[in-house]
Formats: sequence, C-alpha cells, structure tokens
Amino acid sequence: MRDVAVGSRIRQKRLDLGLRQADLAKSVGISASYLNLIEHNRRRIGGALLTRLADALEMDPQLLSEGGSARLVEALSALGGPERADEFAGRFPDWAQFLLAQSRRITALEETISGLDDRLTHDPVLSEKMHDVLSTVSAIRSTSSILVDTPELDAEWRARFHANIDAESQRLAETSAAMAAHFDRLGQSDRDFATPLEAAYRFFDKRGFSLPEIEEPGGAAITGLLDGAPEITTPDARAQVQQMLERYAGIAEAMPLEPFVSDTNEVRHDPAALARHYNVSLEDVFLRFAHLPLRADLPEMGYVACDLAGGLTMRRAAPGFAMPRFGAACPLWPLFAALTQPGRPLRQRLTTSEGATYAAYAVAPADPISAFEGPTILQASMLLIREDAEATSTDPPHFVGASCRVCSKANCAARREGSILTRQP
Amino acid sequence: MGRSVLLIEDEPNIVEAISFILERDGWTVRIHSDGATATDAVARTNPDVLILDVMLPGRSGFDILKDLRRNGATANLPILMLTARGQTKDREMAESYGVSQFMTKPFSNAEMLETVRALAAEAKT
Repeated sequence: MRDVAVGSRIRQKRLDLGLRQADLAKSVGISASYLNLIEHNRRRIGGALLTRLADALEMDPQLLSEGGSARLVEALSALGGPERADEFAGRFPDWAQFLLAQSRRITALEETISGLDDRLTHDPVLSEKMHDVLSTVSAIRSTSSILVDTPELDAEWRARFHANIDAESQRLAETSAAMAAHFDRLGQSDRDFATPLEAAYRFFDKRGFSLPEIEEPGGAAITGLLDGAPEITTPDARAQVQQMLERYAGIAEAMPLEPFVSDTNEVRHDPAALARHYNVSLEDVFLRFAHLPLRADLPEMGYVACDLAGGLTMRRAAPGFAMPRFGAACPLWPLFAALTQPGRPLRQRLTTSEGATYAAYAVAPADPISAFEGPTILQASMLLIREDAEATSTDPPHFVGASCRVCSKANCAARREGSILTRQP
Repeated sequence: MGRSVLLIEDEPNIVEAISFILERDGWTVRIHSDGATATDAVARTNPDVLILDVMLPGRSGFDILKDLRRNGATANLPILMLTARGQTKDREMAESYGVSQFMTKPFSNAEMLETVRALAAEAKT
C-alpha cells in the first residue's frame, strides 16, 4: 500500500505557514530541488528527515507521516486486529491514532520487561544476594521456632540461640541494604534496556546515517559525538557506536563524499565498478552507501548487515522496504544466501508488498584469517538501490517481506510462522 | 546403635538449628561443610539419611547427588536436598538425578523432622 500524500501535506503546511520552499529546505539541511521533489511526492521520506521537517513545520511527525491515510491503515492492519481497518481509520482517525500509540507503548513496555527479566534471571549479584537472604531467613526461622517450641531449653542453649538470631538478623539487614543499593545502581545506570546494537541504530537513525562531523577530514569528532548523544546510556552502547563510527570514518576517508556521489552516478550505482575504482571491498562500498545523506542526486537506498547466526547487526531501512526491529528477518533476503557462499557476490531484483522494487546486492567476504582451528566468523551485508522509473531490467523481481509475522505472501516455502496479516479472527 | 544423619551444609547457624532439632529426636548428627570432599564424608560416615545443601563451597549439591547415585553403595541412600533457589527447574533437575526429597529454604522445623523420619522409615521397608 503506498502513501503518496506526505509530500502534499508538507507543501500545504509550508504554504499555510507562509514559508518559502528554499527557506524550509535550508532549515532542514536539504536542497530546495530535493524538497520540491518531496513536495510533489516524487521522493519518499522517513526517519530523521521526516522528523526535521515535522519540527520545522511545527507538526507531530506521526501526523505528518500518516495523516489518517494509507500508512495509518497499513499500521492498523499490522496489529492483526479485525478486518476493515480502512473503514475504522477513515471514520475514527483520532481513535485509530490512539490505538496505534497504545500499541507502540505496549511494544516498548514488552521490550523493557524482557530486559528486566533477563536482568533478574542472569544478574549474578542479585542471585547471590537472594541466596543470602533466604539462607539467613531460614536460620532465623529454625532458631526462633526452637526457642518458642522448647520452653525447657536450658539457659546456655537459650543464650546461644539468641546470639545466633542476633547475628543472622544483622546479616539480613546488611544483605537487604546491599540489595537495595544494587537496585538503585541499576535504576541509575541502566534505565534504557535497549541492546547496544539497538542504541547504535537509534544513534544513526536520529542523525540520518550521514554525519558531517565524520565526512569532514580530521577525525577528532568521534568523542564529541559520543559525549553529546543522549541515546547512548551504557558503556556497552558507547563502545558499539564508537566502533561503528570508527569504521564509518575509515570508509569516508577512502571514499570521500562528494567524489563518491559523482562517481556512483557515473557508473549508475554499480557497486562492483565502485569497488574497482576505489580499490576497496564490496562490503566497504555497501557501507559507504549506508552513510550517504538524503539528496536529490542520490537514489533511495537501504543497507543491512548480519552475522552468521542471522542476527541483524546494522540496518538502514529503505523506503517501502521494511526491516524488523526485533526477531528474525525474511529468510528470502539474498543477505542470508550470501552467508552460504562466502566470497561470491549476489545480485537480485526484489519487490515488496509496498510495491517498491530494489536492486539488491549481497556479499559475505571470505574470511582471510580463518584457520582450521577456532570459530568461523562471518558477516554478510546487503545494499538496496531503488530502481527508478526508467529501469529497463526484464528479470522478474523476487517478492520478499520484512519478517514472516508481518508478511502476507501465500504459500511461502521459507515461512517459519503464521502472519498476523492473514490470520482468521 | 541409633539412627544417623549426615548434614552437608555450610551455613553454621542453620547447621546448629537442624542439629539441635534432630539430636533432640534421637538422631546422631554428623556435620560436613565442604562440597569438594562431600562424597568421601558420605563413604566414611555411612549415614541412614543424608541432608545435602545445593550451594556448597567447592562443589554443587547436584554434582554430589549425581556421583552418589552412580555409586552402588549410595544408589539408594535417602537424600533430602535443601536449596535457597526454589525454581521449578532446580526441583526437576534434582528429581532427574534421583533425589529422595527436595525442600526449599526457609523451611519449618516440623517439616524437616517429619521428612527425615519418613525417609528413614521408607528405607527400612
């Protein structure tokens, strides 16, 4: 389902506010020509740019994006509720928005609960303290029962058991205080239970994946970026983002932004030609694309990387090509096929339920340092370049989804679970 | 000769309370607090009933239980396990290794005494 009204809403709101196109474009860091394409619904937008435009237009990003339109209906349908979501959204748009907001809140709370559950189950400090508490309570209970149930107890034993209870109650007080302090520390230092990879995704998504501080030569900006990022709340998340920024800086140095934009347009975004031109690996070229800004002279694109277990380690969703936030992705993505053929680049045309068609390039580099001993370490990455209207390929595109749960593809041999989109009430 | 219990537990005040209760009931109670040498202590004392804590210094009560059940001399020894971790999976693990009874801390003295008596009675029949 395609929503082409976002651009129209932006244009209408801009005119309502009496803003010039050039001024709005400048305030959100894009060219006037690119904003013109957006306003005429010839470029899809999302993520950080949508947020910046919403801020500049003093609108809620969700309302700007969804506006009670097709995207709202699609989001409602994805909840797996009763049929006729379109009628519901049309008749009660405010309630539909409220329902969606509640659903998002439930998802966020589930994520927090999952994080807390992991914490309680696997926290060694908590486990040890709980064991201490139960052992101490057990000693106090048994000893006090003896004192109550044995009135004939001689004075020496009585004094001894009193001393034991006194010692155990002191120990209980100390352990309880230590547990309270431990909970307090958890509350202060780790409010955000997002994984480091999720925190890294939020960091890059918020900044549109392209950071002028990294693109410009010098490289002294990483520490400042990390220090100024409120979404980085744990040392693990900081280390994860730092590692990704350092790799981004290396890529930006090897393939500087402006020459790369010129070169990729010259070779019609052929990653193999770019890899040869810059004498870098295909996966480096893919990552260069992942960190390109949104610009009128660049195609719409997406990027995703995974490890050998299939876990997504980085993603930049492409317009009309959703990527799951949690759980496993669509096994039909060539990304995963690349893992089975290290060193062999794969290319495939892909289409999605939103009608977007992409050229997908995937590769898993042959590991040059693998030996007979030790674990196999392998990562694959996939680049998505949106086909423009003038694309001439006659290869039939392969239909892929985001993940089985929100994919309606019938009779899919790779399906691992039923879809909430096709479930009967 | 009276009935004997070997108590393998490293918390001294729990040891003292359990010993007191059992001795007043006529049991001879022997104490051991080290997991690493627990199976040697069982072989040396040859108790009628073994009370075994799960979390011990040196070795887990589960590992000690497994070893005792593999040994023909202790394969049928009545064993009561004590744990401060009452999760279902711990109970299931103990049962799969052949524990006779399983009790979570904190327990009542009466419950402890009744269980030890019942285990000894079952072993006799």
